[in-house]
Amino acid sequence: MHNIVYILLRRIHVPLIVLVVVYAVSILGFVLIPGMDDKGQPWSMDFFHAFYFVSFMGTTIGFGEIPYPFTDAQRLWATINIYATVLAWLYGIGTALSLLQDSAFQAVLREHGFRRAVRLITEPFYLVCGYGDTGTTLVRALSEEGYRAVVIEIEQNRIIALELEDLPVPVPGLRASAAEPENLVMAGLMRPNCIGVIALTNVDDVNLNITIAAKLLNPRVPTITRAETLTAEANMLAFGTDLVLNPFNTFAGRLALALHSPGMYLLYEWMTAVPHEKLREPVFPPHGRWILCGYGRFGKAVHSRLLAEGLRVTVVEALPDLTHAPAGTISGSGTDIDTLLAAGIKDAVGIVAGTDNDAINLSIIMAARELKPSLFKVARQNQHQNDIVFKAAKLDLTMQRGKVIANKIFALTTTPLLDDFLQSASLHNNEWANLLISRIGGISGDEVPQTWNMNISPQEAPALYSGIANGNQVCMADIYRDPRNREQKLPLFALLIKRDFKEILLPGDDEILMRGDRILFCGRFGTNLKTEWIMKNHNVFNYLNTGEELSNSTLWRWFNHDNKQQEDKKSAAK
Amino acid sequence: MNLEKVIFTFFIVLALTLNFGFFLGEIDNPVHHSVYELYAAIVISLIATILKFGDRTHLGAVLLSTSLVADLQLLAAALVWGAAEHIMASGLTPHIMAIIVSLSGGALLANITSVVLLVAETIAVRR
Repeated sequence: MHNIVYILLRRIHVPLIVLVVVYAVSILGFVLIPGMDDKGQPWSMDFFHAFYFVSFMGTTIGFGEIPYPFTDAQRLWATINIYATVLAWLYGIGTALSLLQDSAFQAVLREHGFRRAVRLITEPFYLVCGYGDTGTTLVRALSEEGYRAVVIEIEQNRIIALELEDLPVPVPGLRASAAEPENLVMAGLMRPNCIGVIALTNVDDVNLNITIAAKLLNPRVPTITRAETLTAEANMLAFGTDLVLNPFNTFAGRLALALHSPGMYLLYEWMTAVPHEKLREPVFPPHGRWILCGYGRFGKAVHSRLLAEGLRVTVVEALPDLTHAPAGTISGSGTDIDTLLAAGIKDAVGIVAGTDNDAINLSIIMAARELKPSLFKVARQNQHQNDIVFKAAKLDLTMQRGKVIANKIFALTTTPLLDDFLQSASLHNNEWANLLISRIGGISGDEVPQTWNMNISPQEAPALYSGIANGNQVCMADIYRDPRNREQKLPLFALLIKRDFKEILLPGDDEILMRGDRILFCGRFGTNLKTEWIMKNHNVFNYLNTGEELSNSTLWRWFNHDNKQQEDKKSAAK
Repeated sequence: MNLEKVIFTFFIVLALTLNFGFFLGEIDNPVHHSVYELYAAIVISLIATILKFGDRTHLGAVLLSTSLVADLQLLAAALVWGAAEHIMASGLTPHIMAIIVSLSGGALLANITSVVLLVAETIAVRR
């Protein structure tokens, strides 16, 4: 705020002084010029009357010649000063108005508004640097789950897009370079409620700068970074970045997973989806010879994964020398039939269109479909604006760079146990994953399941915690009971219990819960709100745990207690 | 030589000297205190205040506040004078004159503080 006032004051220095001087000269003139009163006696204005007259003359209100009609000398002076004061006012007001429209001043105002918005966030928030495809998806998912976020983005029109986006919770955005630590601090990096820095700009160097600044200025805050090259990735890890995601490797890894265990692939997709996404059908990529169009960073990642799966791959690349394409590469863009035929499309089973141009990728797919409709078609989508056309192209798999990264970051930040679960899950085989998939499909309806953490701690689950502390035996099945009717089951189940350093994967219904357990659940969207009853309400806890409904008031409790003792005595007497 | 400094110091010292000139004389004798001098003192003091706007240093802030105090005192004096001559039936009595001059005395003190601060700063600068 101070900043703005200072700038305002400094800019209107001169007009203010001009105004004071014009008024001073004008008032002095009226005091000095002799006048005449109503009786024709000589009279001269004093300062009081002169100030009064000049005030209304300068603002062109014009009450007339007060208190006595003017002499000609006074009129002459008044005429000169009417113009002088009006000009002084116009100059002053004009300067003030032009200052308000000044772009530099506007920038200061916006910056001030941003600082204020960040300061007003009292809940924990994520600092997201870069509001591109990935940032947009991530921020939307975060805000739909009720998490606060702050955005720094260098491009003006992206910030405008953020302002126009209809997000459930307000997300302050600043147009500035995230590479400058000062801007990160302005966006709340040092604030105690900043719970994560997510660097998603499309320049690796900038992302590196962000992680370095975050690690040095606030080592407590976890950082998640996107890196597109291996050197940048290594650099970031050296600086203690908590998670480095390479969008190309991530997707190539997913594709490989889909090839060798489709069930596991689907499990990953469901677990790391953003809320309200539709359930995706399982895909079964065929084994055989694949055609890979485009041998850039994405193409290289896919190529090595496909080879690792034991598949044969024919590469099609427009610039084979520049990209160091492997031997046997067909030269061409892949959009024309001849190149595809040369690549042996007739006996291939799948095609991956992986160039960095959406139009080329789509035309590769269209050309391939003409030649062989049964091909398994995978395309890389670079821009999320092209969603509709990619959907219309009916691809078997679409790699949307922004979405892959955004979904993964979203899942890992909002449900920390998910990473543990996915790691334990990856040790099992595809049949295990298929069983789990059908179990999840049974409870989650036609939307992706929601995953959430439950910590049995005094703060988060007071009723559950004290219930266990009082010696009640609570097993997993109690949590599944519906608070309205304990005989019915809620659509959820536990994926993982983390107890001290032990992990229990897919705990059974009779698993006894302990204090301090951290449980990862998955269930239909919104079921987590129902489980809060047993966590936080003592009466609901008792009802679900024992089937008895306890009285709320002390009087009734005492009465019931008395009755019970008498019954006990009677039964003892018998 | 810094022109900004020249103008700035000029106005601050002029505000002090005019104020002092008005203050000089028997406290309750209207003959000793010129209304023009008070007027000039007010105008110069206002300009001196505006010149201090936007200075972000600590000294600048202190100078701005002392100058605002001087403005306040002088304007109060002018208001009392105007009220005495035009509103009150009694006119400009020696008692009211004493009030006016003592108000300007307060402004004088504030102006002296400004000049002392200015001198202190000038001595600190060794160039």
